[in-house]
Amino acid sequence: MSAHRELGLTDSEYDLIVEKMGREPNTVELAMFSLLWSEHCAYKHSKKLLGKLPSDGPRVVMGPGENAGAVDVGSGYAVAFKVESHNHPSAVEPFQGAATGVGGILRDVFAIGARPIAVLDSLRFGELDSVRSRHLLDGAVRGIGHYGNSIGVPNVGGEIYFEEPYEHNCLVNAMCIGFAKTEDMVRAAAAGVGNAVVLMGATTGRDGIGGASVLASAELGEGDDAKRPTVQVGDPFEESKVLECCLELLAKGLLVSLQDLGAAGLTSSAGEMASAGEVGIDIDVGKVPLREADMEPFEIMVSESQERMLAVVEPSRVEEVRAICAKWQTESAEIGVVTDSGHIRILKDGEVVGDMPVEALVDGCPLYDLAPAAPAAWIYGNKQTLAAGTDSAETLLALLAAPSIASKKWIFQQYDSIVGSRTVRRPESADAAVLQLPESGNAIAVSIDGNGRKVACEPFNGTVEAVLECAQNLACVGAEPLGLTNCLNFGNPEKPVPAWQLDRAISGLAAVCEELGVPVVGGNVSLYNEGPDGPIYPTPVVAMVGELPDPARTAPSSFAKEGDAIGLLGPFTPTLHGSEIAKQRGELELGLPEPKVAAVAEACATVRDAVRAGKVASAHDISDGGLACALAESSIGAGIGCRADLQDLRERGCTPDEALFGEGPGGFVLSGERAELEALGALIIGEVGGSTIELAAGDRSLIIGLTDATEAWRSLDARAESDAEPPADA
Amino acid sequence: MIWGVLQFPGSCDERDALHACEVVGGEARLIWHEDRDLSGIDGVVVPGGFSYGDYLRAGAIARFSPAMEAVAEHAAAGGPVLGICNGFQVLCEAGLLPGALLRNQELRFICKQTDLLDDRGDVLSIPLKHGEGRFYAPEEMLDRLEANGQVAYRYADDHNVNGSVRNIAGVRNEAGNVVGLMPHPEHAVDPLTGSIDGRKVFEALEGFAA
Repeated sequence: MSAHRELGLTDSEYDLIVEKMGREPNTVELAMFSLLWSEHCAYKHSKKLLGKLPSDGPRVVMGPGENAGAVDVGSGYAVAFKVESHNHPSAVEPFQGAATGVGGILRDVFAIGARPIAVLDSLRFGELDSVRSRHLLDGAVRGIGHYGNSIGVPNVGGEIYFEEPYEHNCLVNAMCIGFAKTEDMVRAAAAGVGNAVVLMGATTGRDGIGGASVLASAELGEGDDAKRPTVQVGDPFEESKVLECCLELLAKGLLVSLQDLGAAGLTSSAGEMASAGEVGIDIDVGKVPLREADMEPFEIMVSESQERMLAVVEPSRVEEVRAICAKWQTESAEIGVVTDSGHIRILKDGEVVGDMPVEALVDGCPLYDLAPAAPAAWIYGNKQTLAAGTDSAETLLALLAAPSIASKKWIFQQYDSIVGSRTVRRPESADAAVLQLPESGNAIAVSIDGNGRKVACEPFNGTVEAVLECAQNLACVGAEPLGLTNCLNFGNPEKPVPAWQLDRAISGLAAVCEELGVPVVGGNVSLYNEGPDGPIYPTPVVAMVGELPDPARTAPSSFAKEGDAIGLLGPFTPTLHGSEIAKQRGELELGLPEPKVAAVAEACATVRDAVRAGKVASAHDISDGGLACALAESSIGAGIGCRADLQDLRERGCTPDEALFGEGPGGFVLSGERAELEALGALIIGEVGGSTIELAAGDRSLIIGLTDATEAWRSLDARAESDAEPPADA
Repeated sequence: MIWGVLQFPGSCDERDALHACEVVGGEARLIWHEDRDLSGIDGVVVPGGFSYGDYLRAGAIARFSPAMEAVAEHAAAGGPVLGICNGFQVLCEAGLLPGALLRNQELRFICKQTDLLDDRGDVLSIPLKHGEGRFYAPEEMLDRLEANGQVAYRYADDHNVNGSVRNIAGVRNEAGNVVGLMPHPEHAVDPLTGSIDGRKVFEALEGFAA
């Protein structure tokens, strides 16, 4: 096979490179083009669609195109955030894949001058009864914990689904939140001809070579074990030093610009800095500190060794910068210079070994239109696990024990959720994570969500639901959305059905953000997520950051006390489409009702104001497993039972099954004083108290003991324990 | 009272410790690991984190830092020293406290709110978060520690999540001025983020300040 095809470039792309260069590229140049023209770096199958997303808003400080998006939280401070995938590395080697996923997203955030203050993650694996899934889960959780715990950034929340379509191709999406003085933030554009280009942090080795093109931009398949050397190896201690070093350099105003080295290493960071600044950059690979002396120039340029940052520095300040690096015991080297050539030139000991126009390298990749086609029917499997005729009580217990619904304590207990002294709401104590910001006198809330099963049912409406779920989670803690970021995990865009899923999902994301007035300040796209059995569920993971004025005024998701009334609020009309119960019954099919966005937004505002005013004792949004699960979760967390009659939902046209277990956006379970709840417009459906969960819906009723419910909901702990031996170094 | 909080490469909880010292009514400043000068400092906090990446063994490298030499002198002179989590590990490695910390029984990192019992039997709600927090010492040493009143904190029943011998969560030296514990009192000073019982751990050492 010819060299360019082996590197993932098509014949026509190669011809275009020759045309733009005016000659055949040499080895160094071809390696660099293949990475920057990969799907992972060039977004060539998604860029045209992403333009639809609204990205402007009065609170936006940094939007798409920077290392991370950022929004204004007042008093001269900003909150930065970004989500990124590390799916294929994690599927090949879960511990390092997930660890470096966290490392990479942290760098994106401190690259703009924000101190990382929290990590969240969104994970997808195959069903928990698969040995492979438990192995991947265990490795990914250890990896996320290893990196985040060691570097002192709390992991404050996240979400996990276990579904067959992720069996071969798991998803590991990591999110980082940063906090900065707005005036201290920095952009990635190189500037100032003659300024020095300084590489800081770890030395450069042969790890992760070709990660972006070989791993991230192709489907997984046979022989993936052989790709293990393309997975990078993380060193959180090195990152911790580089982080503190960079923040000190920025606080002292010593850097012109800063960029992290992620996928495609020096190639993409130098290319993107030059492109954003409309300048050229010369890099002398002979000056790059190496782990292995005999590395070829192309290897140095494409290495994805972790924990490295690239800065542009005025020549007079290079010594001071290097002294601060030395103080933090981190390497630094002046490896290049900003030029006015508009070219990226690679030198080795004075000899030019590569010379490419920045425009061709960074922005020259052709953008493709998709050829979407809707599937005629449900393309994924349907496996019945819940026997027909199972009664309502057993059904509720089965839903509470479903790994996607059950408590994730086993996971989050392995993460430091408190370092930094900002965590007001720890995992599973409220619908969204809440972080106090004493510097600006307020707090932020964060939620991350993306139920791929629903998106598979109908990509447009499923994506709208994911965004609404985040908005509802924020409302439950009294927060108002400031901005949204996303990570779009889809299958092979060159195939018609994944193309349709991607196209519809982005349209849905654009529409709901437009209607809610929430700007999309950044994003990441991960395509080619397929295994031998086909594509994953289309999984747009959306993460929303909101603001609340007073961190002391948030509501827990659990009931507060015996005797409180339980209210149902919002335009909740549950159906079984795409629900957990439909999955367990083996009844999944295409189709998902269109959410009523404006009505949901109105309900969110009502709940938000009520929480801020202290009018409710608890607030929980109705999500997976429907109203029955939402009520059970609020009871289990409180250790107090409840009694509710769901007749009101029957009057909205729901069957008893739909009323109990149906899902859909727009529903909130509130508890508190009856009069307060009624004043909010909530329907009073029951009362907190007792040691059982008693629900009635028409001719269906159920009673389960709180102990049994708790046992079912806590059952993940025992089932998740991997059979694999833990690694000795964790 | 003026607290000095050590900062090593890889420290994680030093800013939290600074804040906690201020909450309990003191002043606090960071002491860089290469700094030998503790003048003007009444008490020292060796904070949590992963000093030097915890490579080799938790706390094994940090104990050789210049700042730790100064801390040893400060401790020998009777000044208060509080080691939290990684700081406890560092103090054990430095020989300023007895015993050692091993990998948790379940071989997993764990982060959890726990109940501790102090000398007086008061229950303190304080979070812990560590992968290597299982206190260990030989039987005869444990007998001696108990006889000398050197067990400063124990996990309450059902709260010993790491498998520490005799439920020991924290110990002190013979003079009582050096205390180390695995749970994080600096993360228990603000009612909004959990509990305020951690303040008592700081306050218990104030009497040793010159």
